[in-house]
Amino acid sequence: MVGSIQQDESQDPSEARLLRFTTATSELERLEMELLLLAIYRHHGFDFRAYAPASLHRRIKKHMASARVSTISGLIELILHEPSALQRLLHDLSVNVTAMFRDPSFFAEFRSSVVPLLRTYPTVRIWHAGCSTGEEVYAMSILLEEEGLYDRCRIYATDMDSTVLDHARQGIFPLSRMKEYTSNYFLGGGKRSLSDYFTAKYDGALFAPRLAKNVLFTQHNLAMDRSFSEFNVIVCRNVLIYFDRVLKDHSLGLFSESLGTLGVLCLGRKESLRFTAFEHEFTTLSARERIYRRNK
Amino acid sequence: MRGRYDLVVMGTSTGGLHALTRLLSGLPAGFPLPIAIVQHRSRDSDERLSALLSGASLIPVFEAEDKEPLRSPGVYLGPPDYHLLVEPESVALSTEEPVAYSRPSIDVLFESAAYSHGSSVIGVLLTGANQDGTRGLQSIKERGGYVIVQNPDSAESAFMPKNAVKNLLPDRVLNLEQIADELVSRANDARLT
Repeated sequence: MVGSIQQDESQDPSEARLLRFTTATSELERLEMELLLLAIYRHHGFDFRAYAPASLHRRIKKHMASARVSTISGLIELILHEPSALQRLLHDLSVNVTAMFRDPSFFAEFRSSVVPLLRTYPTVRIWHAGCSTGEEVYAMSILLEEEGLYDRCRIYATDMDSTVLDHARQGIFPLSRMKEYTSNYFLGGGKRSLSDYFTAKYDGALFAPRLAKNVLFTQHNLAMDRSFSEFNVIVCRNVLIYFDRVLKDHSLGLFSESLGTLGVLCLGRKESLRFTAFEHEFTTLSARERIYRRNK
Repeated sequence: MRGRYDLVVMGTSTGGLHALTRLLSGLPAGFPLPIAIVQHRSRDSDERLSALLSGASLIPVFEAEDKEPLRSPGVYLGPPDYHLLVEPESVALSTEEPVAYSRPSIDVLFESAAYSHGSSVIGVLLTGANQDGTRGLQSIKERGGYVIVQNPDSAESAFMPKNAVKNLLPDRVLNLEQIADELVSRANDARLT
């Protein structure tokens, strides 16, 4: 078996031919992708053209399997002629995977290095950009309540997808995830018991409505909408990874514009301001947890 | 001058640390292609893996950051709890659902490499105890890339390479120590016209 399939590729003209064929196939698919994104934008107004291509392509392929179409062109036809097909596609293209207290050490760091800053403000305005179904927003409310800050906080939680916001407003999350979230909660410096905050109902955990009392869930699209207020803290973790470099920079510009003096920006653990135009506008509060503070 | 290939992607699971250590230590410091690696790891695994690989490799090893440019020589390791993907010039991360219980997933890396790099990618599948990687290698083959599978007889855990060999026709099936040599010679292949 070892080394049994021998081809002398560099000399073989059929390989060059095959290569031209596969290159043409790849280029065709890229063209189809462009047309699809243009069709979504022109027909519906949602702009995915500046999303990171590799993961976007993967979500489109996954959607094609569930929609039972074999080519991207087939998908274009479907969404242009069937309104419900477009809705399903939009839902699959936005990433709605989230968790409570994901990366617990971030929440521990937030408690120890951001909370003391916030204590010095009479009111605290927080923007959760790309909040999806809201798990992280409720996690933040819990943290702020335990630190005695919640009453002076106003949290704006936004997402481009209105269906996930409806879900977020309800505050019901799968009971099956509570074991994981409880462990995250403790590692993140939780002071009580996570079960103090929810009631189990069937297979759902209904979180206390007071945790959403100071939260406004509202639609906002980072690719298309403008800055809408001024904040002390912006939390946008694992959202910019789905954007290309241009849209990431655009979003960071929006954040920079929306942060007040010495405002705090929290990114995902593998995202950074490195290689962006904003590297020098911010000071690093925690390199490990990607917490930054605006210089002025 | 651009060669025939511009990227190596590798995937491994059970037994991977040992296999990667040996494979990377066989590559020269100036290996001309960037290498992106998915080794299955748990959500809370720390940076010991990259430290160990770093110690064994002459090529610098990084835990991949989103949008980090792909450079050579360089090894980019998928961080825990993220999928690792590649764009034409950079790495990309995703928090989408685990695939077959894995995040990072080998198929996700390989399929993105096939999409972004087409026929210019070399895919390498090593030891492991599940089916991850086979579908990704198929994508690489379909787009004209080069596929190397570790000889199952030489693998600490034969299931993963065996599954690949059963389902597709790799360009090479090699023992671990031969893979480094094969990579060095493929990296020097001239571009086909």
